[in-house]
Amino acid sequence: MAFLSRAWAWLRRNALPIYAGLAVAYMLIPIAVIAVFSFGATPKGKLTFGLDNGFTTEYWRSAFSLPDLNEALFTSLRLAALATAISTVIGTLMAIALVRHRFRGRRLTNLLIVIPMATPEVVIGASLLSMFIYYTFALGFGTLLIAHVMFSISFVVVVVRSRLIGFDRHLEEAAADLGATPLATFRTVTLPLLAPGILAAGLLAFSLSIDDFVISNFNSGTTVTFPLYVYGVSLRGVPVQVNVLATMLFGLIAIAVSLVLWQQRRAEKMASVRPEQEAMPMPMPGAAAAT
Amino acid sequence: MSLRQRLVPYWLLAPGLLWLVVFFVVPMYFMGELSLRSGSLTSGYTFDWAWSNFPDSLSGHTEQIGRSFFYAGTATLLALLIAYPLAYAIAFRAGRYKALLLFAVIAPFFTTYLIRTIAWKTILSDSSPVVSVLQTLSLVPSDGRVLATSGAVIAGLTYNFLPFMVLPLYANLERLDLSLVEAAKDLYSSSRQAFLKVTLPLTMPGIVAGVLLTFIPAFGDYVNAQILGGTSQAMVGNVIQSLYLNQRNYPEAAALSFLMMALILAIVTVYIRFAGTGAFMGDEDEETA
Repeated sequence: MAFLSRAWAWLRRNALPIYAGLAVAYMLIPIAVIAVFSFGATPKGKLTFGLDNGFTTEYWRSAFSLPDLNEALFTSLRLAALATAISTVIGTLMAIALVRHRFRGRRLTNLLIVIPMATPEVVIGASLLSMFIYYTFALGFGTLLIAHVMFSISFVVVVVRSRLIGFDRHLEEAAADLGATPLATFRTVTLPLLAPGILAAGLLAFSLSIDDFVISNFNSGTTVTFPLYVYGVSLRGVPVQVNVLATMLFGLIAIAVSLVLWQQRRAEKMASVRPEQEAMPMPMPGAAAAT
Repeated sequence: MSLRQRLVPYWLLAPGLLWLVVFFVVPMYFMGELSLRSGSLTSGYTFDWAWSNFPDSLSGHTEQIGRSFFYAGTATLLALLIAYPLAYAIAFRAGRYKALLLFAVIAPFFTTYLIRTIAWKTILSDSSPVVSVLQTLSLVPSDGRVLATSGAVIAGLTYNFLPFMVLPLYANLERLDLSLVEAAKDLYSSSRQAFLKVTLPLTMPGIVAGVLLTFIPAFGDYVNAQILGGTSQAMVGNVIQSLYLNQRNYPEAAALSFLMMALILAIVTVYIRFAGTGAFMGDEDEETA
C-alpha cells in the first residue's frame, strides 16, 4: 500500500511533464513511422504496415529511381526556391514599411496581410482558379508560382516584422553619427542584423511552398509537384521511395532550422535584442499571428 | 517631411500590395462573379445575377456543413486540451529542454502534410497493432475499423493542426508574470483558484488565437476527410473540391466558397472586436515605431 501511495504521489507531482511527454510523442509518432517504414522491405515496393518482411536499405539506394517522382520533386524544389526568393524580398520590404514608417492606410495594409492567413486554403485555391478560368489562363508552373508567392508573403511580413520590432535602433543612429549614408547604414548595419529574421522567413516560405497541396491542387493544370505526386499515387499505393525522400527532406529542413535558430541566438546577443520581445525562437504561422 | 520621404513607405509596400490585391482580392471578385452565373458545363455559364446559387449550395450540402462544424469543433477542443498543458509545461517546467521541446512541436512542419496524413492512415489501418490494442481495450468493436470513421478524421485534424494551437498558447504563457500567480496564492487562493482566476484569464488571448488558428483551417480541410475518412465523412472542403475540379459546377462551388469565406470573415471580425486588432496582427509595433 505504501508503495502504491508513493507511486501515486510521484505521479501527481509529475503529471504535467508526463502529459507533456505523451503529447510530444503523439506529435512525433507519424514522423517516426515515415522514417522507419522507409527501411521496411515490402513485397511490392508499396507502403504497407508491418516490418515483418525485414529491414532493407534497398529503397534508400534506389531513392531516385522513379522518374515521375524525381521530376515532381525537382518541380517542387524549383517552385519553392523561386517563390521563396520573390516572397522574401517583397515581404521584407513590406515589413520595413510597416515598422519604420507612419503612413495613411496602415490599418488597411495590416488587414490585407492578415486576411489571407485566416482564409481557408480551399477558398484561396478556388478564388484564384475562378480568376484563371475567367481569363482562360493556362494553368501550370506560372499559376503555381503566383499562388505560392501570394500565400507566403503574409508569413514573411509577420516574421520579419517581429524581428524588426525588437531591433536596437541605436546601432543605426551610431552608424549615421559616424557619417554613414542611409544606404550604407542599411547595407552594413540594418541588413546584417535583420539577416536571421529574413533567413527564418525564407525558410518558412520554403517549407510552406514545398508542403502545399490544397492550393496547388486547384491551380496546377498538368504540372505535378511533390505533394501532388504523392496524392496521385496515394490511391494506388505509395512507393516506399516517397518515405525515403520525405525523410531526407525532413533531415535537411531540420538541419536548416537548427542552424537558423543557432544563428538567431548569436545575433540576439550581438544586437542586444530586448529578450521579452522575442517570444518565439522559431517563428511559425501560429505563433507569428498570435504574438 | 518632403514629399519624397513621405512616398518611401508606399514604394516599399507597392510590390507586395500589388501582389496581394491582384492575386487575393481580385480573385475574390471573380469568385463572386462566378457564383452569380447560371447554365451548365456543356452550354457554358453566363452571368445573370443567379442568387439562387447561394441557397442551393447550402441546401444541397447541409450534412457536410454540419459535419465540418462538428469535426472542426471537436478537433479544436481536443487540440486545446492537449496543447494547454503541453504549452504550460514547455513555458515553466522544461528548463534546459525548452528549445528541444519547441523544436519537437514544429517538427511535423518539416514533413509534407499529405505524407503525415498518409502515415496516420498506415498507423490506423486495419492490420495495425494500434487498432488491435484499441480493440482489446474495447474502445473499438472487435470486428470494427478505425479508418473511414469520424474518429479517424477528427484524430487526423487534431494532429495536423495541433502546432497551431500549441505555439500561440506558448507565446502567451511565456509572457505570463508568475508573480501574479504567487500573489494570488499569498492571498490564500488554492492552486485551482489561482489557475482559474489568474492564469486562465491572462492567457485568454492565446487561447482565442489558438482556437481560431486551429478551427479555421480544420473547418476548410478536405485532405483528412479524404484520406482517413470514407464517403460518409465528407466535409465542406471535399464538396468544394469536387464541385470545382470533378463536376466543374463552378457557380455552385464558387457560391459555397464565398459563404465559407464570409463565415470566416465574420468570425475574425468578432474576434477583433473582442480582443483588439493587435493580438491577431502581431501589431506590437504601435508603441515602438
